[in-house]
Amino acid sequence: MGYEQLVNGKKGDKLFLLGNEAAVRGAIEAGLSVAATYPGTPSSEIGNILSVIAKDAGIYFEFSTNEKVAMEVAATSAVSGLRSFTFMKHVGLNVAADSFVTTGYSGVKGGMVILVADDPSVFSSQNEQDTRNYARLANIPVLEPSNPQEVKDMMVYGFNLSEELEIPVIIRTTTRVSHMRGIVEFGDIQKQNGKESENHWNTGHFDKNPEAYVPVPANSAGMHERLVDKIDDFSKKSAKSEFNKIITTSENAKIGVIASSSAFNYVYDVVNEDNIEANFLKLGLSYPAPNDLILDFIKDLDQIFVVEEVDPIIERDVLLVIGLNGLSIPVHGKIDGTFPKIKEFNCDIVRKGLSKVLGYETEKRCFAKTEDLNKIIENLPGRAPTLCAGCSHRATYYAVKQALKEAKISQDDVIFASDIGCYTLGINAPYREADYLLSMGSSIGDGCGFSVSTDQMVMSFIGDSTFFHSGVAPLINGAHNKHKFIVTVLDNRITAMTGGQPNPGMPIDGMGDEAPEISIRELAKASKASFVRVVNPLNLKQTVDTYKKAFENDGVSVIIAKSPCTLIKGFHKKPPVHVNYDKCTNCDTCINELACPAISKINDKIVVNQSMCTGCSICMQICQYGGFEQAQE
Amino acid sequence: MSENNYSIYICGVGGQGIIKTSTIIGEAVMNEGYNVVMSEIHGMSQRGGSVSTELKIGDFKSSILENHTADMILGFEPSEVIRGLHKANKDTYLVFNTTPIVPAQLASSKQSYPNVDFMINSLKQNFNNVHPVDGNAYAKEAGSMLSLNMALLGSAVAVKSFPISKDLIIEAMKNNLKEKFHKMNIKAFELGYNAVKQ
Repeated sequence: MGYEQLVNGKKGDKLFLLGNEAAVRGAIEAGLSVAATYPGTPSSEIGNILSVIAKDAGIYFEFSTNEKVAMEVAATSAVSGLRSFTFMKHVGLNVAADSFVTTGYSGVKGGMVILVADDPSVFSSQNEQDTRNYARLANIPVLEPSNPQEVKDMMVYGFNLSEELEIPVIIRTTTRVSHMRGIVEFGDIQKQNGKESENHWNTGHFDKNPEAYVPVPANSAGMHERLVDKIDDFSKKSAKSEFNKIITTSENAKIGVIASSSAFNYVYDVVNEDNIEANFLKLGLSYPAPNDLILDFIKDLDQIFVVEEVDPIIERDVLLVIGLNGLSIPVHGKIDGTFPKIKEFNCDIVRKGLSKVLGYETEKRCFAKTEDLNKIIENLPGRAPTLCAGCSHRATYYAVKQALKEAKISQDDVIFASDIGCYTLGINAPYREADYLLSMGSSIGDGCGFSVSTDQMVMSFIGDSTFFHSGVAPLINGAHNKHKFIVTVLDNRITAMTGGQPNPGMPIDGMGDEAPEISIRELAKASKASFVRVVNPLNLKQTVDTYKKAFENDGVSVIIAKSPCTLIKGFHKKPPVHVNYDKCTNCDTCINELACPAISKINDKIVVNQSMCTGCSICMQICQYGGFEQAQE
Repeated sequence: MSENNYSIYICGVGGQGIIKTSTIIGEAVMNEGYNVVMSEIHGMSQRGGSVSTELKIGDFKSSILENHTADMILGFEPSEVIRGLHKANKDTYLVFNTTPIVPAQLASSKQSYPNVDFMINSLKQNFNNVHPVDGNAYAKEAGSMLSLNMALLGSAVAVKSFPISKDLIIEAMKNNLKEKFHKMNIKAFELGYNAVKQ
């Protein structure tokens, strides 16, 4: 499939789409004009696709510096009458929260959808927080799609609903919805709001009204009241939403299952397969909770199962309906321990909970294996993600260790404050250069704290994109408050971990146009860091020497280790390195201290994988025997 | 498992073309008129880590295979098949590439990579349908290692239980791969197919 089909596809077309691809089609069908994001798994593909098709679809798209800015770009576009879209991973909403929580107060004119992708089981995140809590915090309706078709349909529905209620709407996905592929049938494309302009996207107009839009205390109490009334009023209508539906499989069923999102898929399949006599209430519009519909569904039941990932949120809503109506029906969910409060579900987990409560035997599917096979399984080596062959982060981490060694500083006496990106993999052996981490940009704020509260040496590691995202403010803090620590900006010229999006340090924007390149070095200097150097980490000696100088500096030091990611399009590979077996002594230093995936030991010989090697030459620089050689270019 | 349902677990190492292969199968299934859902993991799971996708063909809503219910495990790397065995039962078709990719961390750890022949023999003792394939050789013969995934797809399509016709799969391949590489990929596919076809 080419992405142009998302723009040109006609009503009735059927494509096999990823949830995130379906979100893009939904936005196009809804007449989207402005989209902004900061990339984050599992939502990143939405931005990657929009960056390619924005111009053809009449959409303005940007990779914003962070999620808060993206939220503000979307909110102001929507208040100017255009339809706007921002999307992020769940923890991105923490960054955007300060503005997000007030978007319900100031409201919108054009529809505004905020897609937030949760990551139960933390496939690629630092926590598994449940975005639906934010909906309640901010009084913002939340939609929970279960599959790519619903993602597409709820995007259109969400934009329409947002415009009707004049507040933003959240679409909460999970990894298994964003990264699920399924058949999606296209609908019609609606006309965009606003009027044509000289740009490729429509323009809106902001009608001034400070009383409605400026939440100074004199205004904000009234804004809050209007929002609460709106949600109370809408909660009576949400029962009628096409996405809240009762699925009756048996008229006499005394068991009811209430479920949302991917959890609905698992419980639906298990109930069918295990022939349980139960009816379903599928909640697609789960906040404000459709209390009347819940009451209608549960009032004659003997027991209720609530199946949802991660927090027991719908479950509490159901218990509330039971309490308000003086009913007495047992509710089996996370609160009574039927289902776990952590991690994503699957059919096996859901079956375990159902069978325990309902007291039925489950089919034993596992079978005895031979001793040989069991041994292989037990001793199977793990395969964790690693820094790529030729990755400059590896070179930097190696150089830091080497500089510490030469300066006679024990690595045990240094606190390594890490950050969010590929380089968090520096936690692994043999580098072990990640000791503490909270969130995007935290390495520098953590550096401030550790330098005040301990007499240990502190080194912070942050990527270029993460530095722009939320590293600048804490760097200013560090210099102004006279802290002492060393910041390394691992500037690999891309937002790498999420798949290679541009950032403000690059001369290109989210739609592929030229853009001003913001200098990290100048930002560091302007922030009054007392030692600022740019090094090429693939030059080991220069890098080691620079760190040794930084160790002597009193104040905040910033070392920018600048070398492009090997996964960047157009990355220039150098000739691969090979082993000179006359010189190699099999000392294994390269394997033990560098751990490059291109270097392995096969039949007691060091071997360089020629197709993996990028010719970065770090192994040549560390081998004291000259055991590695490289052809001239 | 009902007659019209078929579940495939595809596993290997990041960068081997697993997602593309799975998408091709899914699209072919859709064109055949069956329902299909698929699950994939992106992000930090890549960078040389284990990667897997799960395809469920038929009347399913959920896209994750229950344990021991896979009709087929298509492995791009032998030790990854072992890692995926919780999805298998005795009748699961195990179709897999025999070329190991030794994990990078292994060199500096005390663990060792299991002997491939020993793995294959152990699998044959425990499962009824074991099909080891030298996918790397077929990819090389077709012109590039980049066609490894299509060689293995060919092998998967060739097993008796596979529910979708070869022609529909090739059609979906063409729709998902760059035209200038069609010839090479189809050659790899055919080599993989013939290696398994009885």
